[in-house]
Amino acid sequence: MIVIIDYNAGNLTSVQRALYSLGIDSEITSDPDRVLQAERIIFPGVGASGKAMANLKERGLDIAIKKAFGNGIPILGICLGTQIIMEHSEENDCECLGLIKGRVIKFPDNLTDPYGKKLKIPHMGWNRVILKRHHPLFTGIDTNSEFYFVHGYYPCPDDPKHTIGETDYGIRFVSVLGKSNLFAVQFHPEKSGRPGLRILKNFSQWKGQTE
Amino acid sequence: MLSKRIIPCLDVRAGRLTKGVKFRNNVDIGDPVETAARYYDEGADEIVFYDITASNENRDIMIDTVRRVAETIFIPFSVGGGIRTVEDMRKVLLAGAEKVSVNSAAIQNPDIISQGAKSFGKQCIVVGMDVKQVNRSKQIPTGYEMVINGGRTFTGIDALNWARHVESLGAGEICLNSIDADGTKQGYELDLTRMISSHVSIPVIASGGAGTPEHLKEVLTDGMADAALIASMTHYGTYTISKIKSFLHKNGIKVRMMW
Repeated sequence: MIVIIDYNAGNLTSVQRALYSLGIDSEITSDPDRVLQAERIIFPGVGASGKAMANLKERGLDIAIKKAFGNGIPILGICLGTQIIMEHSEENDCECLGLIKGRVIKFPDNLTDPYGKKLKIPHMGWNRVILKRHHPLFTGIDTNSEFYFVHGYYPCPDDPKHTIGETDYGIRFVSVLGKSNLFAVQFHPEKSGRPGLRILKNFSQWKGQTE
Repeated sequence: MLSKRIIPCLDVRAGRLTKGVKFRNNVDIGDPVETAARYYDEGADEIVFYDITASNENRDIMIDTVRRVAETIFIPFSVGGGIRTVEDMRKVLLAGAEKVSVNSAAIQNPDIISQGAKSFGKQCIVVGMDVKQVNRSKQIPTGYEMVINGGRTFTGIDALNWARHVESLGAGEICLNSIDADGTKQGYELDLTRMISSHVSIPVIASGGAGTPEHLKEVLTDGMADAALIASMTHYGTYTISKIKSFLHKNGIKVRMMW
């Protein structure tokens, strides 16, 4: 069973509905024991890092996620979930889970497009992912596919080997990360049409291997 | 870079799809869930639902429609019409909408914007602006005035002042509808769209007046819009979204071409 972690950070039913449309059962839970027993874990989230980390700690989910990662359970991070797996976020100057070394930083507010037009923050809408290396969760996805993003901060892993994909928005930022049984995307696969659903489907069959 | 978004707008009345000209003479044109599914297949980047009746008894029908849409399409969609409280917002978001849109309610009670942004995040809150061109005056320096009740009531609020105000209150996006252009198929109000888009730092969705793919090209370039709302162009089968996107793509506008 796929477990979707509930830590009071946004609407989780959209992830569940997307899985359901693919014929995949899932359970939304905030129980750390259920998380540790899961076959696979989805760690979604919308909102601010500080509040999210506080909610995780209050429920003992921070420890459960770290343990589950150590136990090799496949984990998919989405949006805020992807930021919280890093060590530290500039948003609310907050210590995070540290599953991947590196920080989460804010988009600079002076970004411009190639024609010099000021870019709007948050980065919201459809954008591409430039894959730096192949990952099983991107199997069957056309390189020109676009994904739906909504975020004002982005992850910066210390070690480039954790970068799987990047996206251009005034700067080039890391939009897809991976480390052994952990895979994390800054966009919303559940809102990204068929390419997004394909990632969820790939995840539902993923054993945590990186090749 | 971000793609420009093409957003079909579905006016819903008691669970049925409807379309009128200048907010009047609405006719039944189908099932909103089926139509949303068709637009999803054709490559819509987002869908807007507008509950044009929004009475209490129709509210539950709308929530049910939102739920069925959310089970069917996996792109963002927003719901507007009759949303007056944070609780109304919560119901629509829990039913599966990505965003809620407030319009008249925001003018009567601007706090709804900041309350909504605080409760659900700015990205959830779209402020719909219905605008009519009027003579320039001290009160309306831009010559564009905010109107409510489908354009029947003038508010005495200047459109640009209002756009800046809603941004400061925490609106995540503006859906800018020209009542003068709405339903005419003669093209978007480019001057209005450019003026608003160049003075706020949140995305602006242009609405009202789309009749040909050329009109979308104009508003996404000259009009500086981040997204274009369409209705009658595709509702009656005159164009498909994929055709419109191919046209824009050929004309050098970045749109999402894989779906």
